[in-house]
Amino acid sequence: MIAEFGLGALWFAAALALLQLIVGALALKPQGEGFAALVRPAAVVQGALALVSFLALIAVFVETDLSVKLVALNSHSAKPLLYKVAGAWGNHEGSMLLWVTVMGLAGGFVALVERRLPERTMRATLAGQAFVSLGFYAFLLFASNPFTRLSPVPVEGNGLNPLLQDPGLAFHPPTLYLGYVGLSIAFSFAIGALITREVGPAFARAMRPWVLGAWIFLTLGITAGSYWAYYELGWGGWWFWDPVENASLMPWLAATALLHSASVLAARNALRAWTVMLGVIAFSMSMIGTFLVRSGILTSVHAFAVDPKRGTFILALLAIYIGGALVLFGIRAATVTEGERFSVSSRESSLVFNNVMLTGTLAIVLLGTLYPLLTEAFGEKVSVGPPYFNPMTALFVMPMLVVLAIGPLLRWRRDRVGRVSRLLLVPAALAAVGLAAGVALAPGRVLPILGLGLAPALAVASLLPLRGRNLRRTRLPVWGMVVAHFGIAVSLFGMASDSAFTVEKLVAVPVGEATEVGPWQVRLAAIEPVAGPNWTALEADLQVAYKGGEPTSLHPQARTFWAPVQNTAESALLTRWNGQLYAVLGEEAQDGRWQLRLWWKPFVPMIWFGGALIALGGLLALLGRVASDLRRYFARGKIADRRERQGR
Amino acid sequence: MSETPAKHFRLGLWLPLALFAAIVALVAWGLLHPPSRDIPSRFVGHPLPAFDLPAGSDDRPGLGTADFAGKPRLLNVFASWCIPCAAEAPQLEQLRAAGADIYGVAVRDQKADLAGFLARNGNPYARIGRDDRSVVQLAIGSSGVPETYVIDAQGVIRYQHIGDIRPEDVSLILGKLQEAAQ
Repeated sequence: MIAEFGLGALWFAAALALLQLIVGALALKPQGEGFAALVRPAAVVQGALALVSFLALIAVFVETDLSVKLVALNSHSAKPLLYKVAGAWGNHEGSMLLWVTVMGLAGGFVALVERRLPERTMRATLAGQAFVSLGFYAFLLFASNPFTRLSPVPVEGNGLNPLLQDPGLAFHPPTLYLGYVGLSIAFSFAIGALITREVGPAFARAMRPWVLGAWIFLTLGITAGSYWAYYELGWGGWWFWDPVENASLMPWLAATALLHSASVLAARNALRAWTVMLGVIAFSMSMIGTFLVRSGILTSVHAFAVDPKRGTFILALLAIYIGGALVLFGIRAATVTEGERFSVSSRESSLVFNNVMLTGTLAIVLLGTLYPLLTEAFGEKVSVGPPYFNPMTALFVMPMLVVLAIGPLLRWRRDRVGRVSRLLLVPAALAAVGLAAGVALAPGRVLPILGLGLAPALAVASLLPLRGRNLRRTRLPVWGMVVAHFGIAVSLFGMASDSAFTVEKLVAVPVGEATEVGPWQVRLAAIEPVAGPNWTALEADLQVAYKGGEPTSLHPQARTFWAPVQNTAESALLTRWNGQLYAVLGEEAQDGRWQLRLWWKPFVPMIWFGGALIALGGLLALLGRVASDLRRYFARGKIADRRERQGR
Repeated sequence: MSETPAKHFRLGLWLPLALFAAIVALVAWGLLHPPSRDIPSRFVGHPLPAFDLPAGSDDRPGLGTADFAGKPRLLNVFASWCIPCAAEAPQLEQLRAAGADIYGVAVRDQKADLAGFLARNGNPYARIGRDDRSVVQLAIGSSGVPETYVIDAQGVIRYQHIGDIRPEDVSLILGKLQEAAQ
């Protein structure tokens, strides 16, 4: 029954999206004004119904209703509860339902709270949001129904891919989806503003918190995903330039550019057309990325939910939505009047530089992701990996990081770089020392040297905007900027240190013997069998000691899941302030030795710590924006009250 | 703003659409030509192309087509920057221990990186050629790293294994090697 209930809610939600689109579009004309009152309620109810449908799907997964095809294919009665719940979105249909649910909820939330924009623009925005949602509802209902029943009912389910059975990963897809789909709000705002030609500071201020919110989730999602790949895949790497990773990186790059250009638009009423275009691009990248991954056009180590047959449907949706938005942009952007001018050395210029470099990086990643497909179309099969991505993205990112050190110190509109050059002496000196140290420690390796050189300088420079301010009265968005930029320096240091200083060792040791990796002594004390709810494993007891200190235990496992049958290597990590020891247990060799793969990775956790700081910076900025919006809202309410009273 | 730059700007406004149309066309082509996960080389059954690669490490000679004469061997396409290549190292070692002669082609690599990779993961290769521009890799129809080929005594490509060699693949590859000897 629950399945039918969920399907019913989904149909109703789709119907409401249709209603929202129609009344929203009609209300744009003066004669349709009467429908205007329906637009916001339709958006709210649509979001609520989508949520009901999604909760129904979780319910059938929790009770393991094997008569539902999706449950039978992806779940198993012996699975722990957390993974039963997570199983609801660990597959194609469920994740698409999550997608429309987040879209519906975001639209409903905007309809509830957003009051700053002109009412006509809001109607156009909500109609746009409904238009995009409708396509995904159609996709779900006609091509990916998650509630399809199965007859006869199987005795047991297939289980969930063991690689996905990890507490971190249970929450990874929803986090990323909040980010991807949250950007749909920016997309709809851009469409609404293009339709009504209301592109200005008010538009940027209204859009900014939504972009910030989505961006925070994207940042967290990418950071967590990178860490997951790092410890779960057992390869010791944290970024593989895999299509799935690129699919999450591209919207992040676009959203980061959008955040910065929106602040120029909000503060200075410049970069109008550009900001609107980024609003379109950011969500387009979410859709293109998801499509590339889902359609199976690009093969990926992460391809857990692939079905080429559905590709055509999504491609048609993409062509309509992104193509349509870009046509609208081409027609309307020319009529969006030019914004304010600014001089070459100004805060605006540095933000324009940031935007150009971020867009360049985005283009590089997109090209690299599509390149295998492109060459295949011309009869060659090639793969591109780190030798392409690393130097090419660095080409854009490194100059951007230099400007990141200077830009926040410059004034709006016009400034002299000479004014801030004395401030920058310290970071410049640090950069020189860092580069020299990098050359000495990692000779001949350009990117790690640049990273080690730039990171400390950037860390100091990112704090400079706080100089001379009363820290208690500094506004939250400024803190947010400082923390996020500092996070970039931290993360950069971790990346550079990982690639410059990692020590790796693959050995075969008999039980009782020891080996060394970097400053660590690692002794294989024992191998023991252990069992979990749906797996059995061989577990190594490693006694590890840092520079001859007290030994600690580490327990890497070679796990065998029995539903479905699959072997995975569960790595074990030991984190110190200055790095991480990473251990993987391999096969038993013929002579009773055990293969151990060991890495000592100095400062590697800083990569993800930096990522978390970047997200925290976003959160501070968001809190600051929302708080000042609320203050303004209440102040306006008070003025209105007073006027009313005086009027009487 | 004067008239001319304004017009240029308008043309620029359609650029995103043009780029997107190109992407759609490309992806639509991709949909019509679905890739199978294993892309067998068109060169299986063909002789190796002529090549002569410089040595990739100081203690192993380089690699040329002539070196394949005499008996069936394995040709492993790898790179130090390729993570699955490190994952398959134990299996290569196992193959070597079982008597297979393994020749390596290191794709787009640096000598120092290679030395580090071999020190970390072991060196099962009898010869290592450096293929700095992927010329040989592409000429034998390899679409990525790692890939492993069985080459018979006449220098003909007999079998191609795509991706890292898992423990369960070892016996299959040894079988293909024996087949190539007959």
